[in-house]
This record gives sequence, structure tokens and C-alpha cells, in this order.
Amino acid sequence: MYRQGKYPITQKCAAAKGIFDITVKCPEIAAEAEAGQFAQIAAEGFFLRRPISICDIDRTNGTIRFVFEVRGKGTEKISELNKGDMIDIIAPLGKGFKALGSDKKAVCIGGGIGTPPMLGIAKKYGKRAAVISGFRTSSIAILQEDFKAAGAETILCTDDGSAGVHGFVTDALKSYLKSAKPDIIYACGPMPMLKGIVDIAEKYGIETQVSLEQRMACGVGACLGCVCRTVKDGKEIYSHVCKDGPVFDSKEVDLNG
Amino acid sequence: MADLRVKIAGVEFKNPVIPASGAFGYGREYEQFYPLSRLGGISVKGTTLHERQGNPGPRIAETPAGMLNSVGLQNGGVEKFLSYELPSLVTKDTRIIANIAGSTVEECAELAERLKGSAVDMIELNISCPNVKQGGAAFGTDCAVAGQVTRAVKDASDKPLMVKLSPNVTSITDIAKSVEANGADALSLINTLLGMRIDIKSRRPILKNNVGGLSGPAVFPIAVRMVWQVSNSVKIPIIGMGGISTYEDAVEMMMAGAGAVQIGAAIFSNPYAPIEIIEGLDKWCDENGVKSISEIVGTVKPW
Repeated sequence: MYRQGKYPITQKCAAAKGIFDITVKCPEIAAEAEAGQFAQIAAEGFFLRRPISICDIDRTNGTIRFVFEVRGKGTEKISELNKGDMIDIIAPLGKGFKALGSDKKAVCIGGGIGTPPMLGIAKKYGKRAAVISGFRTSSIAILQEDFKAAGAETILCTDDGSAGVHGFVTDALKSYLKSAKPDIIYACGPMPMLKGIVDIAEKYGIETQVSLEQRMACGVGACLGCVCRTVKDGKEIYSHVCKDGPVFDSKEVDLNG
Repeated sequence: MADLRVKIAGVEFKNPVIPASGAFGYGREYEQFYPLSRLGGISVKGTTLHERQGNPGPRIAETPAGMLNSVGLQNGGVEKFLSYELPSLVTKDTRIIANIAGSTVEECAELAERLKGSAVDMIELNISCPNVKQGGAAFGTDCAVAGQVTRAVKDASDKPLMVKLSPNVTSITDIAKSVEANGADALSLINTLLGMRIDIKSRRPILKNNVGGLSGPAVFPIAVRMVWQVSNSVKIPIIGMGGISTYEDAVEMMMAGAGAVQIGAAIFSNPYAPIEIIEGLDKWCDENGVKSISEIVGTVKPW
């Protein structure tokens, strides 16, 4: 069920330069939220809310966590909120990741700020998850300790080779698949990265779920603003990232637009 | 408790606050926030004869105090509306305004024909969508064509007919008069204003459609001005819209001449906007000795 309200920020820190990590106390949202869903967060002085993925859900403490990057003036405004401030959110929104049974193995792949939504799903798999995350450089490599604490194997990639594997997540995925046989891949990141991952996954015949983003207005499926091209029952249609997604089966979605 | 009931073209609304077409779908999403029975009515998503996929994305661009959209009338078509959406809507105890759009005069008339005998309370003929190539604003920017399509729909329909006007014209009062003369029972205005934003890094328009309709508080003063001008030019009632986000805006719009209001883009940032406006109007009436909200319609005292 959708909820809108102002909730207190209980923790805030900078995860890296320009990337913020906030925890919000919102028990009724935490009780229903699933990994891969998102929230529409109000930025004071801006007309539209900003869609931000849920990084982690703590049902015991009734909190949800967001790790987001300052992309423009709206997210900059949100980043100015501090511990104790109230944050205006609509959540939980959209369809999250579908987890397979408890004997299955997953690879979770995040590119840059596509990495945070991987924490929730990686936690569901724990030791049965490998998390491949890629960043431009080591100083913005976030959440590695969180993934390790969840029990997941972590494979860090940087474009400049300043930490982990020198190269893209797609290179790391190729070498990972030489020895491992995961049942599912979860991915979030830039379009070219998602396309690369889906190409590899198809060769190996591995089910893949991708999380997409799009410019959004309502966030609940009413305005029909945030489209992506999908194929359903052999018919091409415009689906909506906010309600039909943000997570899609890679076979259903056209990553070329 | 003031009397918030209003009557537009013979249809009584329990209060003058109606989510605008395109901002509220068919109410399914916002029903998760509050019961739809609290609303005066719902103007449903623009409905066409056949299913439409709409325009490619991005369809949304933020603007100062507003937004652009280029959705392009994505909808499931009139048959889906009648078989799937309407049966659910009729149980919600609110007035149902069917917003229809066609690419030809004949299509508009056929849509009205299909809605004959249905539970729809009123038809809102959209002659002002800026995001479709055929029909849409092409009907709403020419007095003769606007009159012709109004007449065709009126003749084909058994419902009160409201015509939704485009602000992207030289003289909205001329269009309004032509539509009134051809049988419209009410007018709604304004639809969105055509606008554009460019990403200065890529030198590309943000919208894939290049241009789109501007809505939100940015357009409010234009909407008030147009409602005032049109209300001084026609005798039929007006539902005012364009950037209304607070009860004060609704009062202002009604003083300008609107018998009721529609709420659009404000809902995206605040899903509760229509409810807050209804509650605010009630309180405002009590505080100002207004027994019935309809008393204030058109009461602006121009200099």
C-alpha cells in the first residue's frame, strides 16, 4: 500500500564524495517494503519528487535506508537534510526484485549509484550471493563492507584500476561465470552496462532481472510519464517504470529504449 | 460545515474539487491514499476510440514551479474503459467525467455514441491535447473546427457536454463562444501550455517529443486570467484548472468565474492535494461567513 508522510531521519552520513547515506524511521513503510522498490522523495523548492531506490529495509527497527548521489539541484537539496530532520516520502513504490528459493544462487551487479538497490536483494541470498559492483574510481566505491557483512562474496571493479579488478562489471561477470553457475542475475546501472550484462546472461541462459530509471512525475502509475518499451504476450507496449517496474525481467524489456 | 455542493450543466457535485484528466488515471492508484467518495468527481484519463501507446520517453521534464509532459494520450481505448474501468468507478460514489479525444470529428462523435446509456455523468471533450499529431489541439485552435466537433459530439451524445479548451490560441474567448454556440453545456480550461526544455550538455530537448504541455503553479495566473475572460464572454458554466495546488488557489479560480475546479499536477507532488483543498474550502467558507461555496463564483470585483 502506498503511503505518504514526513518521517524522521535517524542517521545520516556521507558514503563518499557526493553520495549520501540516510536512514529513515518509518515503521509502516518498512513493514511492507521489498528489496528493489523505491520512494518518491520531496526536495524542498522543487515541483517534482525524486525517485530514489531503497537500499536496505530493517523491519525490526522500522527503518529504511537510502544511499543516493547528488545528481542535480533537487538531490542536492535532499542531501542537505540532517539527522533529526523530517523527510517527505511516498513509499513503497513499484515492483521489487523477485527472489528465488533458498537453494538458489544469485549474482547482484551494480554500476555506480545502481549499487545501493543490490544490498536488499543480496541480503536475502546471504552466502549464496556474489555482488559485482563497478565504480569509476576507488574513492566512490560504496557499500562493500555492507555486502560482506551480509555474507556475500564481493567483486569490486574500478574503471581506473584504483581498487579491485581494473575494468567493467561485464568483464568481471564473464570471468565469474567461467567457474560459477548462478541461477539468477540482478542488475542496476547505466543502460550500456545493463545491455552488456543481458547479452552475457543470455549466452549462459541465466534469468536476469534489471532495475530501470526514467524521468518520473507521480511515481504511482497514474500520470503515465515514466515509460520504457516492453514486450508482453508478443506485443510491444509502453510500460511504466514506476508501477510495472522499476524491476523488469530482461526478456520483457527493450533496453534500446 | 459550509455547503460545498455545486451544479455544473445540471450535474450536482458534492464539492467543487475534481482531479483533472491525465493526473489521476481512473483513481485506482490514489484510492490507496483516500476513498474516492471524498472527491467531487473524477475526470478520467483521456480516452480514445482505440488503444493508444502514446509517445516515447522521456515524457516528463521538470520546470520552475511546474513540469512538462508529452504522454500523448496513452490509454486502453473506450471499450476497455467501458468494460473494465467504468464498472469499478461507478461503485465509488463520486461523479464520473469521461474525457474523450479523437483524431477526427467522426471519431469524437463515435466516442460519444459509445458512451450513450453508460453510467458516465458528463463528457469532457478534449480539443486541446498538445501532444498528439492529429485532432487534439488542432481542433481547439480553430473557431470553426472547434464548433464543428462540439456540434457533432453534442448530437451524438445523451450526456451533458463540457469542452476542454486550449490556452495555446490568440483569443480563447472566440473559441469559447464558438463552442457555446454549437451546443456545449460547459467549458473546462485551461489545458497545458506548449513548452520546451533543453539539456545544455547534450543539446537535446529533454522530452523525446521535443515539446510538451506545461502545467503546475507556473501556469496558474494565466489560467485565472483566461477563466475570468471566458466567464465574461459566455453564459455556460466553467470548470477552472491550471496550476491549482491550495484551497486559496481554488477560491481565487472560483472568484474568477469557475463553478468548480480541477486539480492536476499538484497531485504528483502531494497526492492529498484534492482532499486538503476540499477541507480548506470548507474551513475558509466557515471563517468568511460563506454558507454555500457557489456564492463566490465570479465575484471578483475588477477595477
